[in-house]
Amino acid sequence: MILWWIGNVILIAVVLPVVVYLLRGVLSAAKSIVPSVQQIADVAAAGSKDLDAAALLLTTQEQVQQTVAAVANYGGSLDLILDDAR
Amino acid sequence: MTPLLAFAAAGAVTIVAAALIVAALVFYLVSVILQLRKITSGLDKAIAGVGEIVQKSAPVNDVVTTINQQLDAGVDLLEGLLVKKAGLLDAVGLVEGLYAGSAAAGLRNFPESSTITAPRIGEVYTRGTLTLARLGREAPIAVGNPAGPALRDVERGSLAARLLYPEVRQSRPPSLPRSPIIGADAPVQYEQREDIGAPRKRLPGGAPVS
Repeated sequence: MILWWIGNVILIAVVLPVVVYLLRGVLSAAKSIVPSVQQIADVAAAGSKDLDAAALLLTTQEQVQQTVAAVANYGGSLDLILDDAR
Repeated sequence: MTPLLAFAAAGAVTIVAAALIVAALVFYLVSVILQLRKITSGLDKAIAGVGEIVQKSAPVNDVVTTINQQLDAGVDLLEGLLVKKAGLLDAVGLVEGLYAGSAAAGLRNFPESSTITAPRIGEVYTRGTLTLARLGREAPIAVGNPAGPALRDVERGSLAARLLYPEVRQSRPPSLPRSPIIGADAPVQYEQREDIGAPRKRLPGGAPVS
C-alpha cells in the first residue's frame, strides 16, 4: 500500500511535469517552424514572380543575333572602306 | 481507515494522475498536429514556388550560353577589325581612351596587347575623327548602295559626327535660339521707315537738295 502511494506521488510530482515539459518543448518547436516555412513560401513565390521576365531572354537572344549580324555587316563594309593599318 | 477505503483512495489517485497525463498528452499532441498541418500547408506553397522557379529558370542556361557565344563572336569580330585597321598599338590606345584602365587587361584575342603601353589616343590621334567626319558628312555610303540595303541610318547615324560641332550642340540644350524668319511672310514685321527709298532731303556734303 505504501509503495502504491509512493508510486502515485511519483506519477503526479515527477512523471506528469516531465511529460508536460517535453510536450511543451515539442509544441514550441513546431510553432517556431511555422513562420519560417511561411517566409520560405513567400520568398519562393516572390522568386518565381521575379523570374517572369526570364522569358524575355528569348527576345534578347533574337535581338543579340540581329545586332551581331548587323555589326558583322557593318564591320565587313568598314573593312572595305577603311585602309588597313600600316 | 479501513484497508478497502485505502485501496479505493490509492486507486482513485492513480486514475486521476493517469487521466491528467492523458489529458496533457492529448492537448499538446493535438496542438502539435495543428502546427504540423500549418507547416505542411506552408511547405506545399514553398514547393509550388520552387517548382515554378525551376520551370522558369530551366531554359535560362542555354539561352544565356547562346547569347554569350554570339557576343563573343561580335567581340572577336570588332577586336579583329579594330586591330586590322588601327594597328595593335593604336587599338590598345583607343580602347584605353574609351574605357580607362582597360588597356591593362588587353584585347582578348591578342594576348600581347596586355604588355603594350597605351598611347594617349585622345590627344594625338585624329584619323578616327576624320574618318567619322567623312562617313557622317561627306561620303554618301548609305544612299543608293548597289550591293544591298543601307549600311547605316542616314537620319540617325550622326551621333559621332555631332561631336565635331561646337560644344553648345553636344550638350543637347532644350532649345537653341532659332534663326530669324525674314521675308514678306515673316511672323515679325518691322515698321517700315518712310524715309527709306524716298528722295534725299540733304546731300552727303550737307548741301540741301535743290
